[in-house]
Amino acid sequence: MARVLLFGRLGDIAGWRERSFDPAPERLSALKAMIRRIDSALADALDGPGVQAAVDKALVRGDAVLRPGAEVAFLPPMSGG
Amino acid sequence: MIRLVAETFDPGAALNRFSAGRSVTGAVASFLGIARGEAGRAVALELEAYPGFTETRIAAFMETAIDRFGLQDAEVIHRVGPIPPGDPIVLVLAAAAHRREAFEACDYLMDYLKSRAPFWKKEYGPAGARWVEPTARDLADLARWRETEQT
Repeated sequence: MARVLLFGRLGDIAGWRERSFDPAPERLSALKAMIRRIDSALADALDGPGVQAAVDKALVRGDAVLRPGAEVAFLPPMSGG
Repeated sequence: MIRLVAETFDPGAALNRFSAGRSVTGAVASFLGIARGEAGRAVALELEAYPGFTETRIAAFMETAIDRFGLQDAEVIHRVGPIPPGDPIVLVLAAAAHRREAFEACDYLMDYLKSRAPFWKKEYGPAGARWVEPTARDLADLARWRETEQT
């Protein structure tokens, strides 16, 4: 199982902000492929400009390995203040 | 120290607490950001954070600011959730021996918070809701510090 969190506009596009994916994908690319099969609009948005991924609350680049039970967050461009 | 708060907070009390009991500090600079109001709107802004990640990222950046400007201390209080117009959104406090470092550290931390800190901001306007992303101005402001910037 991987727990996926969506922030900002990504949650609006998907219609959910937190969801579990089974069976546990072994890599980020495998998780994205699972997402593409259920929601291609969301998958396109995840590959869009400025979207970063964090695994277990640490930013990752490229195709990260996911441990079972990993928490994967997709983070669109950030803006505070 | 970084604090995320879901309710309004008292910037004056925070400034007093931060400034109290400092014997080697010559300067405390503060920046207060306020939700800009437009009449007749119930909710101006809604800020989303990633608890546990947002604080860690900001704390790491504050360490960078402390090193860069030789600060004695720094504090950020940032609202999350719905924020009505006129409410404080963010308070940045910096303590240093001299004023220049304290002023510049506030400026630096705000440029970071605007475009790199893990927050997502939804703005409710007359034309509906939209997610705010950093403006060209925000990115240009951040680029001013770039020589030793870590992203």
